[in-house]
Amino acid sequence: MTRSTLQLSQATNRYRWQIVSRILAATVGGYAVANISAILLSFILPMSRSEAVMTSLLLSFAIYTLAILWVFAVKSVLKAWLGLVIPSVLLGALALLVKLVEAA
Amino acid sequence: MKNGLRQSMAWLHTWVGLGVGWILFFMFLTGTLGYFDTEIDRWMQPELPMEQASLVESVRIAEARLQQQAPAAERWFINPATNRDSPNLRIFWQDKPVGDEKRGATGNELLDIATGLPVTARETGGGQILYRMHYALHYLPLDLAYWIIGVCSMFMMVAIISGIIIHKKIFKDFFTFRRGRGQRSWLDMHNVLSVVALPFHIMITYSGLIFFAAVYMPLIVTSSYGFGEDTERVFFDELLAEENKLERANVSAPMAPLDSIIKVAEERWGKEQLRYIDVSHPGDANARVAIGSHLDSPLRSSAELVFDGVTGELLNNQAAFSSAPRAVRDTLLGLHEGLFAGPLLRWLYFLSGLLGTAMIATGMVLWTVKRRPQQLKQARGPDFGHRLVECLNLGTLVGVPAGIAAYFWANRLLPVDFMARSDWEVHALFGTWFAACLYPIIRPIMRAWVEELWFAAAAFALLPLVNFLTTDRHLGRSLVDQDWVFAGFDLTMLAVSLFLGVAAIKLRRRLPQAALNPAKPTDYRHPQQEAIQ
Repeated sequence: MTRSTLQLSQATNRYRWQIVSRILAATVGGYAVANISAILLSFILPMSRSEAVMTSLLLSFAIYTLAILWVFAVKSVLKAWLGLVIPSVLLGALALLVKLVEAA
Repeated sequence: MKNGLRQSMAWLHTWVGLGVGWILFFMFLTGTLGYFDTEIDRWMQPELPMEQASLVESVRIAEARLQQQAPAAERWFINPATNRDSPNLRIFWQDKPVGDEKRGATGNELLDIATGLPVTARETGGGQILYRMHYALHYLPLDLAYWIIGVCSMFMMVAIISGIIIHKKIFKDFFTFRRGRGQRSWLDMHNVLSVVALPFHIMITYSGLIFFAAVYMPLIVTSSYGFGEDTERVFFDELLAEENKLERANVSAPMAPLDSIIKVAEERWGKEQLRYIDVSHPGDANARVAIGSHLDSPLRSSAELVFDGVTGELLNNQAAFSSAPRAVRDTLLGLHEGLFAGPLLRWLYFLSGLLGTAMIATGMVLWTVKRRPQQLKQARGPDFGHRLVECLNLGTLVGVPAGIAAYFWANRLLPVDFMARSDWEVHALFGTWFAACLYPIIRPIMRAWVEELWFAAAAFALLPLVNFLTTDRHLGRSLVDQDWVFAGFDLTMLAVSLFLGVAAIKLRRRLPQAALNPAKPTDYRHPQQEAIQ
């Protein structure tokens, strides 16, 4: 294998792994963000419990869709992952806090 | 990920669309037929009489039959024949749970007004099974099917939004159609079909997700309602809280006559406005009778009058919805189902559904048309992946419509006393689809397209003839009798046939002679390069 074809196949491989990584980020990461933000929303909306949960369910698919589009729109894979993980952790922590305060 | 947002979105749109296009095409087409589910039911049971009994008489017959069949039921449900959704009097009952059952056994019957007994008609899946396939897919366990269609719907949502982003000149492109320009024409057609019914596509996809929202996003419910088997049920009971639900008193009491209760409802709403009569705990001291009106708006839950079942006293006049989130949900689901739609709006729904189906079809054709020239230049011929897509495209885009024709054929041709006939109607559909996917393996792809299109066109064209030969409700008679369900069905079949036939002729004209008479039938050739010019 000549050097240039080796480089080419390495580039192709790298591209493929990036695609796999993005697909994972979009499906799994996006699902997590959608769920966590909707859960937080259902805790803080000033409505009865069942209404807040329904509102969150209604919105969760819009959040999921936006997250997926975002993952494929940004330039770097790392940025895509960070953009999902950071809000997930922050919103998740906030949701946990709300739940704990409520319980206390 | 590519250079620029629109390039990234174009990439996403292409691959997301390809990934689930075949299932989405099936979902859109069978779902679209669902807007005429009862009409199809009626065509598939030609023995059924056209019922127009008075409401009072219907209810009297239904009540007598329910007393006889299920005197100790927990719930009775009567659908008088007052609108398109229930062309025949239907009763439904649910027994008390026995042992550790969650819900009691249920039964339902269509009643003949003349005899008060269940009607006898051929066994068939009818329009209901056809419509159910668009979310239950058939053959698969329900839970699995819900997840598959959920994933497909999410892909669809992503495809729609990314498609909008790609489209910078959404209005200009809408008026652009370049004929006979191969790939460019397919793209223009795809754009027009997508844009013209865009609100419908978004509505139908998003509301489709909402039907099973709690299945797809169980954690949102669980985080408030806790883990457990019946978490979802507790949530929905709370959301849909029905105030007048009472436990059984276990003291028997004679029922107030339903006639007088109906009269009160008719005085409020006017004649023929009753959609259902729902009796809980019949024969018990705590019996309740709820009466629902016709749906005249997308809101899925209708206004309801609740009566004491023993005294016949009106207890309350329940508004159709109680809270904003519930109203949003009910409206989305109501818009999706379109049960409120009158004839004109119903045809518009049907047309929009067909536009969506065609949008998916053109998108899938575009994928292959765009890649064919490149694939044909390859020394070893097209890749396996490309050939697979070509086969599945043809097999699905023509095979599913042909399968639906086969479903109707089976309904007329299977012996009426054949036990598993409704199963075999469905096998005919899926068998035809499967065969249509395999056919291009033994034929050159373009030739297979022409032949399958002709096959499907013939299958639809002959349906009115089959109907003529096997029933006495043929087109000649239904037109004279102004029986619009039968006439409409037969005429629609002819229109579909015409569409498929024209497609076959147009495609054949564009093919060079060599493509139609290949030296070896097993030779996988791609003469389409010329064909698409």
